[in-house]
Amino acid sequence: MKLNELTIREARLKLEQGEITSLELTQACLLRIKEVDPMIHACLTVCETEALTEAVRADERRAQGEKGELLGIPYLCKDNILTSGIKTTASSKMLENYIAPYDATVVKKLREAGAVLLGKVNLDEFAHGASTENSAFGVTHNPWDLARVPGGSSGGSAAAVAADMCLFALGTDTGGSIRCPAAFCGVVGLKPTYGRSSRFGLVSMTSSTDVPGALCKTVEDVATVQKAISGLDKFDATTVDEKIVNYNENLGNSIKGLKIGLPEEYFTDGTAESVTQAVNRAIEQLKQLGAEFVSVKLSHTKYAVPVYYILTPSELSSNLARHDGIRYGFSTYLEEKNLQDVYNRTRGRGFGEEAKRRIMLGTYALSAGYFDAYYLQAQRVRTIIKEELDQVLREVDLLLTPVSPHPAFKIGEQANDPLKMYLEDIFVTSPSLAGLPAMSVPCGFSEIDGKQLPLAFQLIGSRFDENKLLQVGHQYQKVTNFHLAKAKI
Amino acid sequence: MKLTREEIEHVARLARLELTIEEVERYGNQLSGVLTYIDQLREVDTTGVEPTAQITGLENAWREDVVLDWPSKERLAAINSAPECEDGQIKVKRILE
Repeated sequence: MKLNELTIREARLKLEQGEITSLELTQACLLRIKEVDPMIHACLTVCETEALTEAVRADERRAQGEKGELLGIPYLCKDNILTSGIKTTASSKMLENYIAPYDATVVKKLREAGAVLLGKVNLDEFAHGASTENSAFGVTHNPWDLARVPGGSSGGSAAAVAADMCLFALGTDTGGSIRCPAAFCGVVGLKPTYGRSSRFGLVSMTSSTDVPGALCKTVEDVATVQKAISGLDKFDATTVDEKIVNYNENLGNSIKGLKIGLPEEYFTDGTAESVTQAVNRAIEQLKQLGAEFVSVKLSHTKYAVPVYYILTPSELSSNLARHDGIRYGFSTYLEEKNLQDVYNRTRGRGFGEEAKRRIMLGTYALSAGYFDAYYLQAQRVRTIIKEELDQVLREVDLLLTPVSPHPAFKIGEQANDPLKMYLEDIFVTSPSLAGLPAMSVPCGFSEIDGKQLPLAFQLIGSRFDENKLLQVGHQYQKVTNFHLAKAKI
Repeated sequence: MKLTREEIEHVARLARLELTIEEVERYGNQLSGVLTYIDQLREVDTTGVEPTAQITGLENAWREDVVLDWPSKERLAAINSAPECEDGQIKVKRILE
């Protein structure tokens, strides 16, 4: 087996036993990137020199007796998470040459743990999208079928993990942006509870739902990374001082007697037959492991997407106001005579189409005369969605649903229909609005055009109970092997 | 909900976005479509429902209001990202004639 194909756990054992070095592991990943990334285009920046230096440093730390689950483990980072001294573009022309002077908290934590940053990966511009087609620097291709999208917005992260360019990747999830690409690319993606991992140093999108998380090859690896990036951060006042559970210790526990809810509204006619079948097979397998399933009702589910597409544009139109051509990033400053022109032209030329569309939608929803009807009404419906989920999660331990109504779609297939693209989020927005942890787990394949396309189910848990999602996901992966299948590339 | 050309131009002005004629036309149609879809929120009875302010129920996360040291290397890197600087400060166009 090639070193870049290892899971974090496998690599850690080999590192501990002195069978391999972090340098070898890192070189194997860099080689793989050179080999396949020209076809996939997941990476925007590869920092080879820095990565090799960090790998040598990790090997030195280990030689001095330091231990650590992520010490010397190479990873890729979504390009809307700040990395000191290495470009952070958010896949936007606006930040094409932007170099942050400091690390995001999650990156800092990984640096301290000794993980090796290989580079930065592609996303929909400013994380606006579900396909990575909105990147200003070109689309990422799905490793399972290069003609298809990897999902989004963390499409580069998911594609890179699926193609073994790294051992894990960081992503961000605002309304499905970790879970959707994880499902399309056949990897595991966890959106933790809102406030579980710090947003400090993320390029802000929707501050009330943004949260960074991990995309990995196994549930067990996700547990390891999530543990490392969790925690209270004085630079993010919305992080919560909840006990950080040692997730890995709970993974081995039986799921016998756990009660899992199946929300009726998530099992509808609009879902592809292949998805329904794969999810039903997963339910049968979990039953055999002792889980109990009950049908539950979440009658306001259909309002989650409309609520999301008021709140998200509203919040991001405010957050993107900082891109004014004055302090950093793309600017027409030197060509202009007055300040208004600096603003208008910098923003008109620097933002891509979807960013502008969302800024317009948000500005409209927040403007005089419309605020109550749109923004306030959306926040009230959000309260109902949250309370409905909380109520159901008092009766069951967690929920199981599909992630996406269909497997990965073709590049360009729905690029000209923003509303259709927004409906991609139909099963993933509710947990985001309610701040709940949710995870995408691979559960099968659908053969289309002679290609195997990954399918997945979603687990949704109570606030700060990532533990149960990870336990169920891990037990499922112990008796299935969908997560072991590799894209042929 | 059909947005007029004037409304689109007004919103673009509020958002400080210079749009081309084609963009005004295209966004007008697309936003009208999205708003029509979003309008279904009106049918939800939200009488007596509080709008969500903070989803995990946090209130008043206090911290001391103190100035933290920022390493001068990082500070200079931040300032020097601006298109025009002078004496370690960011320069802007004049706003009063």
